[in-house]
Amino acid sequence: MLRLPPFTFRRPATLDEACALLAGEGAGEGRPVRVVAGGTDLWPNLKRRQEEAATVVSLMGITGLDGIGNGGANPGAGAHAGDRDGPTGSAAGELCIGATTTLDRVAASPVLRASYPALADAAAGISTVALRNMGTLGGNLCLNTRCTYFGQSEDWRCSIDYCMKEKGEVCWVAPSSDRCWAISASDAAPVLAALGARVRLVSCAGERAIPIAELYRDDGIEWLAKRPDEILAEVLLPAASAAGGRCRTAFRKLRRRGSIDFAALTVAAAVWTGDSGVVERASLWLGSVASSPLQARDAESSLVGRRLDPETIAEAARLCRREATPLDNADFTAQWRSRMVEVWAADALRALVRFPS
Amino acid sequence: MADPIRQLGAPGEAPALRPGRVVGTPFRRVDGRAKVTGRTLFADDLAFPRMAYLRLVRSTVPHARILRIDAASALAAPGVLTVLTGADLPEPFGIMPVSQDEHALCLDQVRFVGDPVAAVVATSEDAATEAARAVVVEYEPLPTIATIDEALATPHDDERIHHHGDGGNVHKKVSLRFGDLEPGFAAAALVLDDLFFYEGSTHLPLEQHAAVAVPEDEDRLTLYSSTQTPHYLHRALAQVLGLSAGRIRVIATPCGGGFGGKSDPFSHEIVAAKAALRLGRPVKVTLTREEVFYCHRGRHPVLMRLRTAFDRSGAMRAQHLRTALDGGAYGSYGVASTYYTGALQTTTYRLDAYRFDGVRVFTNKPPCGPKRGHGTPQPRFGLEIQLDKAAVELGLDPAEIRLRNLAPAATVTANWLRLGTNGLERCIDAVVTGSRFRERWGRLPHGRGLGLACGAYLCGAGLPIYWNHLPQSAVTLLLDRSGGVTVACGESEIGQGSDSVLAAVVAEVLGLPLGDVRLSVADTDLTPVDLGSYSSRVTLMVGQAAIEAAEKARELLAGAAADQLDVPAARLVFAEGRVLDAADPERSMTFTEAVWAAEARHGLIATAGSYTPPRAPGRYRGAGVGPSPTYSYTAAVIEVEVDPTTGLIDVEQVWIAHDIGRAINPVLTLGQVEGSVYMGLGEALYEEQVVRRLPRHRSGASVLRAVSMLDYKSPTFLDMPTVETYLIEEPDPAGPFGAKEVGQGPLLPIAPAVANAVYDAVGVRIDEVPVLPHKVLAALDAAKRGDPARFGPKRFPEVDYGETLIVPTPAEGGDGTAINDWRDRERRGMRGAGGTMAERSAEPRSGRR
Repeated sequence: MLRLPPFTFRRPATLDEACALLAGEGAGEGRPVRVVAGGTDLWPNLKRRQEEAATVVSLMGITGLDGIGNGGANPGAGAHAGDRDGPTGSAAGELCIGATTTLDRVAASPVLRASYPALADAAAGISTVALRNMGTLGGNLCLNTRCTYFGQSEDWRCSIDYCMKEKGEVCWVAPSSDRCWAISASDAAPVLAALGARVRLVSCAGERAIPIAELYRDDGIEWLAKRPDEILAEVLLPAASAAGGRCRTAFRKLRRRGSIDFAALTVAAAVWTGDSGVVERASLWLGSVASSPLQARDAESSLVGRRLDPETIAEAARLCRREATPLDNADFTAQWRSRMVEVWAADALRALVRFPS
Repeated sequence: MADPIRQLGAPGEAPALRPGRVVGTPFRRVDGRAKVTGRTLFADDLAFPRMAYLRLVRSTVPHARILRIDAASALAAPGVLTVLTGADLPEPFGIMPVSQDEHALCLDQVRFVGDPVAAVVATSEDAATEAARAVVVEYEPLPTIATIDEALATPHDDERIHHHGDGGNVHKKVSLRFGDLEPGFAAAALVLDDLFFYEGSTHLPLEQHAAVAVPEDEDRLTLYSSTQTPHYLHRALAQVLGLSAGRIRVIATPCGGGFGGKSDPFSHEIVAAKAALRLGRPVKVTLTREEVFYCHRGRHPVLMRLRTAFDRSGAMRAQHLRTALDGGAYGSYGVASTYYTGALQTTTYRLDAYRFDGVRVFTNKPPCGPKRGHGTPQPRFGLEIQLDKAAVELGLDPAEIRLRNLAPAATVTANWLRLGTNGLERCIDAVVTGSRFRERWGRLPHGRGLGLACGAYLCGAGLPIYWNHLPQSAVTLLLDRSGGVTVACGESEIGQGSDSVLAAVVAEVLGLPLGDVRLSVADTDLTPVDLGSYSSRVTLMVGQAAIEAAEKARELLAGAAADQLDVPAARLVFAEGRVLDAADPERSMTFTEAVWAAEARHGLIATAGSYTPPRAPGRYRGAGVGPSPTYSYTAAVIEVEVDPTTGLIDVEQVWIAHDIGRAINPVLTLGQVEGSVYMGLGEALYEEQVVRRLPRHRSGASVLRAVSMLDYKSPTFLDMPTVETYLIEEPDPAGPFGAKEVGQGPLLPIAPAVANAVYDAVGVRIDEVPVLPHKVLAALDAAKRGDPARFGPKRFPEVDYGETLIVPTPAEGGDGTAINDWRDRERRGMRGAGGTMAERSAEPRSGRR
């Protein structure tokens, strides 16, 4: 079978200790220190020698880094900051999800099911039962970008002279391009972006909470704006009623099989409507079509001030398709995926109409 | 899925259960408990003291000369014991005697990405892995041949991938004509001329290939391997290692799935054996999932042109089939595969005039070979879609056109195959009734559709892979004083239930509970030869050999028991572990007492049975591929929902009826039917083993697109529809207790039934697999533009198939030979006429000795 390369494995008991390992060890070395939670992304990537690690720091020994609750529910996540009411602490009514909360737990959480069903749906659809039992929300948000050329074994990549995401020169998806087009494969990211969530990043240098959209860069190689010494400790969801009006969310995923597969396309939609049913605010994000979650801004604007009637939905869906340009680096043909953006976006928006009040 | 027991038998027919007996009852498979509790030891579970680990270094270029292999740093790496290269194993091998074109490690040329080049053996798997990464191979690239067109366009010697075959990069050419096609085409009410393409796919067994080689005393070697064909592996090892076969013992370990993918001898098996002999310590090799994709031997991509003449009633009057197979880098079973793309076209429907031209080419891709249905699902796809088209053109319903064309049972086809019983009509009736096909086909709302297709398959190939006159299967029985029976047979259980069939047949004949039958299987030291688990041969051939051995033992026991009980031997019944007088069941003794009585009289009771298939009536060159003791038949109806805005297809339900002859174990039979449906749906809608090619000026790469179970889209349980199975039991005298095959045949109708259902749903023809949503949309778009509502291949290459052998049919008074083949002329001259058709038809159908 595929074997892991040799590395030092550390399993700190506190977030402070983990941060210290990231700041200290590996400094000045060629091979980096890597953070692992469930390991469903990192271990196979290491086996395929897509990533390297001199040291792997596991977050799974840190007490309290998992869990779902209102501020203060996650002592581990907050331990480093000491006081959760500090500048980066959770705002009133914010829901906190610890980074090592398993996807299975996110999917089954009654709180999330009730208030943020799109997030629970997204988590429930990731990979398989076995991987959801291990994989974590934080891990899903930090997933390495994927590409049909990069996501292969070392020998296979050698046979195509590698690609620019590692030792090679070319992006085989777009050989005349000077950038890497590997895609953001996180299903949770577009949903959390649509919900306006923040993530708490912790390091020895301190901590900060940033809007999740700012965690990502439109670059297949440097896909995270997080510094290497920072640990994503917590996801902060705004109160379901914070934006005023009624919030409805929906998530739709396109993939080949009913299980296992990464998405070929995802659509996350959130709208806030007033009593009259008119959309006051709309948030529409597409996943797996670019190197980061993609905000469909024109489609969002087209919804505001209108009711979610069939014409409005059709127009927004058309705009979504115009804003996304999937390339030939995932399952299905790029052309067909592009066509499906409109179909899946319309489906997600229609689901908002059916949302139980 | 419905309760399997409820589904037994055809509708309205009670399952043929005989209380107290085994055959025909749904019994638990003999290896079932060990498998579900994890006690089964697969090859990778084996461990021996001082065992070392082997890793293969595989080519990273598609076609090149090897300039240099530098293993110095690998040899210097910690834990490394030895490194092997092609020079260590220079003897070629290959499963077919005519295709000895493989080397355990490439000598001087690599032919596909994944071709094994070197092997590193180390004290741990980690050490072997790291050292294998350190082996440096320097290549001089050669042009890559990646398609059938490119292979046909490179006829010159310096462009060849191999220096054997039928010239250029053509591996094999076949051209056969049975009967005169002209009258049929001239008088046709309808001539259909279609192009079809069937994409390649791989077996995807859950268990990756693995082997352990153990050196024994006295220069002997034992190889444990996950293989379907221990006997052929045994021969290949002897040939390449230069050891007498008597010093090599091959044990086929319990196999976690084969489907044809473990029926060739493989590089890793031979190299592990060589390394064990060199090091004097056990060597294990377990392939990675990616390496299994490189071993391949899977479904050939086949481009087809099918031209058929129909009369007004829908009857086929003449057919000309052309096939072009993309064979990959080596021969494997390819010569047989080529013949198989034409041979079974005549087994389901009557065809009095038939021409078949086939060609297989070499390309720089993993070699294709036999996968469930071996060479026949591809032309079956074309034929069953074309029948659907003809039905529409002629205003018939698709069931009716098939019923009008049925091949008559117990006849000899135009291409000289002797058919046995034929339950296809009952199969069609069962699925048509079950699905309410006649009421619903053509009448469902847009987007929903039904498709019907049929198939037939071998119950064991008539001839062995290498030429010999020996039995194809043999079974020995040893009865001991405990009353237990030890059954030995070289058959290899690959999950299909062959161990259970063997045990059940013996238990049935001797009237024993299954638990009293002990098996010793697939061990070349201890068990008589059986050729292996391929061509759906095991139930029929092993079953017949086992019946013979068991009947001999029963006769010996009956004779001795008759004396003691003072009843005529003919009146004795063996049941429930006893020997009883049928007229007076109170007169009886235990089976054990009967064994004692028989052993006292005859000495140790050990019997043997063997099976040789009946001689086939065909004598022409190529007639060896296609004959079988009998054929199984299948019909399937599939209901789909097609979304016209996305092209996505949901398979709602499958109704499938299989003419099994007689089910030895109805539950395992249902499992085989459902497994075939599953694999067939994978080929129809999901799977493709295809290469990715990069611009030549940037990288000459030609690599498999999918080398993992994530990227290779085999359906999951969630994608599996409801399957309603009907077992049609029409016992065939050629089979044990009337049984026919079930492992492969039920796959055949699946892909064409899906394509036909898509047509019924949205009115477009998808003439290739996999039927992917973008193809459906492209066809729907074409229809909107007023173009043909079809997606599929647009041209068939010009191929020189060589001289066509003209074989007069039985109806034309032929004798099974070709009239224009000097070999046949010579044979006729030497032996006189091979007998008339009538004489040969009089030969007994069962070949049991």
